[in-house]
Parts: sequence; structure tokens; C-alpha cells
Amino acid sequence: MNKETYKKILLPFVVLLVLIQVWSGIASMVEDFPTPSDTYVYAFGGETADGDEIEGVLSDPFYIENQDDKGIFWQVLASLQRVFAGFVLAILVGVPVGLIVGMSKSFQYAFDPFIQIFKPVSPLAWLPLLLFVFQDINTTAISTIFVTSIWPIIINTALGVKSVNQDYLNVAKVLQFSPIEKITKIILPVAVPYIFTGMRLSLGIAWLVIVAAEMLTGGIGIGFWIWDEYNNLSYHNIIIGIIIVGIIGFILDVIMGKIADYFDYRKKM
Amino acid sequence: MSKNNFLELENIHKTFPLPGGKEYKAVVDVNVKIAKNEIISIIGHSGCGKSTLLNMIAGLDAQTEGNILLKNKEIVGPGPERAVVFQNHSLLPWLTVYENIEMAVKKVMPELSSQELRARVEKFVSMVNLDHAKDKYPGEISGGMKQRVGIARALSIKPDVLLMDEPFGALDSLTRANLQEHLMRIQQNVQNTVIIITHDIDEAVLLSDKVIMMTNGPEATIGEILEVKLDRPRDRVALQSDPEYIRCREAILDFLYKKFAKEDE
Repeated sequence: MNKETYKKILLPFVVLLVLIQVWSGIASMVEDFPTPSDTYVYAFGGETADGDEIEGVLSDPFYIENQDDKGIFWQVLASLQRVFAGFVLAILVGVPVGLIVGMSKSFQYAFDPFIQIFKPVSPLAWLPLLLFVFQDINTTAISTIFVTSIWPIIINTALGVKSVNQDYLNVAKVLQFSPIEKITKIILPVAVPYIFTGMRLSLGIAWLVIVAAEMLTGGIGIGFWIWDEYNNLSYHNIIIGIIIVGIIGFILDVIMGKIADYFDYRKKM
Repeated sequence: MSKNNFLELENIHKTFPLPGGKEYKAVVDVNVKIAKNEIISIIGHSGCGKSTLLNMIAGLDAQTEGNILLKNKEIVGPGPERAVVFQNHSLLPWLTVYENIEMAVKKVMPELSSQELRARVEKFVSMVNLDHAKDKYPGEISGGMKQRVGIARALSIKPDVLLMDEPFGALDSLTRANLQEHLMRIQQNVQNTVIIITHDIDEAVLLSDKVIMMTNGPEATIGEILEVKLDRPRDRVALQSDPEYIRCREAILDFLYKKFAKEDE
């Protein structure tokens, strides 16, 4: 193993140790704040510092007690399903809109102000409106994700289209490509890496949004679960929830990154 | 159709609008007839409108006035019968050498069977000696090789006219000489009508049957047309002492640096 890899593995552990120390410090100062060791027990089961025998959150993630009491796996799955539904919708609408905005100056002028205005709107601002419109938890969560995660897809797709080199378009002209051929053979190959960058950003936003959305909509989902644990005064589980959300978000990003690389012609050389 | 008016430029004018309602007259009064299978160089100082002229023949740019006729038919817009080799090769970087040529052949000759298509693409890959690199991406091969692919791609679609916009301008002189040899060898086998934009006097004389010399812009036009009466195949080393070669070279030098010298260069 070379020195670089060695450092890459070792250094995060150093930071982890420091983090745990800081965490312990906070736990000793704030009353009822869960300690690292107790949180570990609440996650994986065992005996707490007070001597209670605990069934951990992750020791049986698949249990289904009743409709309102399901294991952490089902909570995460419900959130992921909503995220993907909203994300796929955002792709289906965002990519074509981005292509049009990128190819036509008129469309760009027409849409740009609205993209700029709606892009920074917080999902929490959309949520009450969408809840009022749909009156349904699932549809509300999915449409909130859609409306907040579509912007990076539109913006990056349009950017990708605009970055098509004039020389490539001249080749298309000389060969008399139809508009469809021009899109599929010239514009898309150039734009695809940009589209994937947009999708990656968008998926990140979607995963951020779902936690907040579920806290307000309730029912099932990792966001709701975290809020529910707050109401149960199970503060350990909030920390476990945060770590789970973080790890899943990281995994989603890595997967999107791999897919993006696969479709990026620049990575094939 | 007589042999002499294969490609005709009649009274070509090109004016660009300037901000503030003014106009820039880039090219005026260009009249020329080009015969089939002739190799023509267009030479001139930068800003003489030679690339503009080529773009108009290619149909990528429209003339303000005048007509361009190919085989007695007016040119409207770009088309594969006027293939262009761009200065910066413009290969699609996500396709291999083979695929870049295949894409062009497939589009222009959709009637080919898959074996015929393959045979045709491979023939043109071989013509520029790139069999060993056919599965490489443009990013993996040298500038000279890219330009050879550009030439192969342009020739593979069986154009009536091959238009080359400073095809070797971005290459070092040794690579450039190598590509000129390639081009002459290909021309020896496959007769083509070729128009080359260049600013290299030796290149113009070595490659061409006729050299069109452009005056300086604005309002650039054809100053002189020089016939190069050298036999083919031409050998660049032997030519250095050939009286006709020396005469042509001097004629162009005289035109570019005495009659139409450009002070600001």
C-alpha cells in the first residue's frame, strides 16, 4: 500500500476520533444529550450505560409491527421511492425543457427569469401550497421534490447544449442532418455529461428535500421517523437518523457519479 | 455542360452588417470558373475574405450578391456534394476514427448494405494509412492523424468538390509536408476537384493547378490567377530547382509582398 492510500484511510479515522470526543463533550454539557456509546447501543442493540437492555434500530430494520410502526428499512424505502418518483419526473420534464432553452434564444429569454426566480425557493415554501392542492401526503412529497429539483437539470442541460462547438454543427450542416439527427448525434453526446451533472445536483437536492417534506407531511419515511423520534424523546435515534440520511445521500451521489462517468465520452479516452 | 464550368462563381459580393448601421464589404466582384478535377489554391493575407469565399461555396455562409453554380445548378445551403475539411479537423470526439467516417457514409449513402458500408469506411481509413488507429478516439491521436481522418471523412462521401479551409495550418511543418504528400497521392488515385485555402506559398504551388491570389480586404477580390504548369506526380525536393516552380513562387511572392503588401503584418 502506498503512502497516499494509507493517508486516505487513516486520516478520516483521526477526524472520527476527534468528532467523537467533541460529541462526548457536548453530551456531558447538555442534559439528556445522547452519548456516543449509548447511541451505538440504540443503533445496534446491547446494554446502555444505565443498564437497560435495548433492541437497536438497525438490529431488526425489517420489522412490521403495524401500519404505523415499521422498521427503519421501510422508512428509508418509502423516502427513496418518493425521491425517485420526483426525480424521474424532474428528468422527464427538465431535460426536454433544457434542450429547448439551450437551442433557442427566444425560449431562453422567455424562460430564464422564471428559472432564476423559482430556483432559490425553499421546498418548505412550496409544501403548504402543494399540500393544499393535492391533499395527499405522497403526491405532495413527490411534487415538492419535482418542483425543487428540476432547476439544476434544466440549467445544466441548457448549458450543455450551448457548449456544442460550432464546428460540430457545421459538420451536421454539411451532412444535412435532420433536426432530430442533429439532436441525437451531435447535441446529446455533448450535452449528456452536463445533463448528468444536473441530475447529480438534482438528486442531492431531492434527498435534502425529502427529510424536510416528510417531517411536515407525516405518515412514513425517514424524515417523519426522525421527527417522530423527537416527539418520543428518543434523541439517540435522531442522531442515528442523521447518520443514515448522510450515508444514503453519499451512496446516491456515488452511484450517480458512476453513471455520469459511464456516459461521459471524455472519460473514455 | 462544358468541362470548364464545373464550378462557377458569378459576381460574388459579401457584405457584413456592422453595429451602427454601417456595412463591411468583405468580398466584391468575384468571378471565377473552376474545371472538374482541378486543384485550386486560394491564397491571400489574413482578412482577404478567402475563408468567407470558401464558406460561401460550402453553403455555410450566404453571399450577399451573385450566384454560385455547381454543375450548372445554383448552390443553396450546405450539402455533402461539397465536403469540407475544417482547419481544426472537427472530428466528433465521442466517436472513434472508424465511427466518425462511418457516420458520414451512413448518412450520405443510406442505400449501402452493412458489408458495403464497412468496406467503404475501411477503404477510406486505409487511404490515409490509419488502419492501426481506426478504433482510437480523436483525443488519442496526433493532430496530423486527426486531419487525415478529416480528409478521409470528407472524401468518403464522394463529394463533387473537396473544400479545405487551411487544412494544414495548425500543424508543424514536417507533419504538414507529410499531409501534403498524402493529399497528392490520394488525388493521384481518386480524381477530385479540390479548393484549398492557404497562406503558405510553397503549399499553394506544390499542390495546385491554379493559384487564385486575393487582394487585401475590405473589398477584397481576385487579383491574379496563376497557372502552375508542373507535371504530376510532383516531388517537393526536385521542384526546388525547377524553373516553373521558381517562377510560380516568385509570382506569388511578388503579388503578396509587392503589389498587395500588408503593412500591419
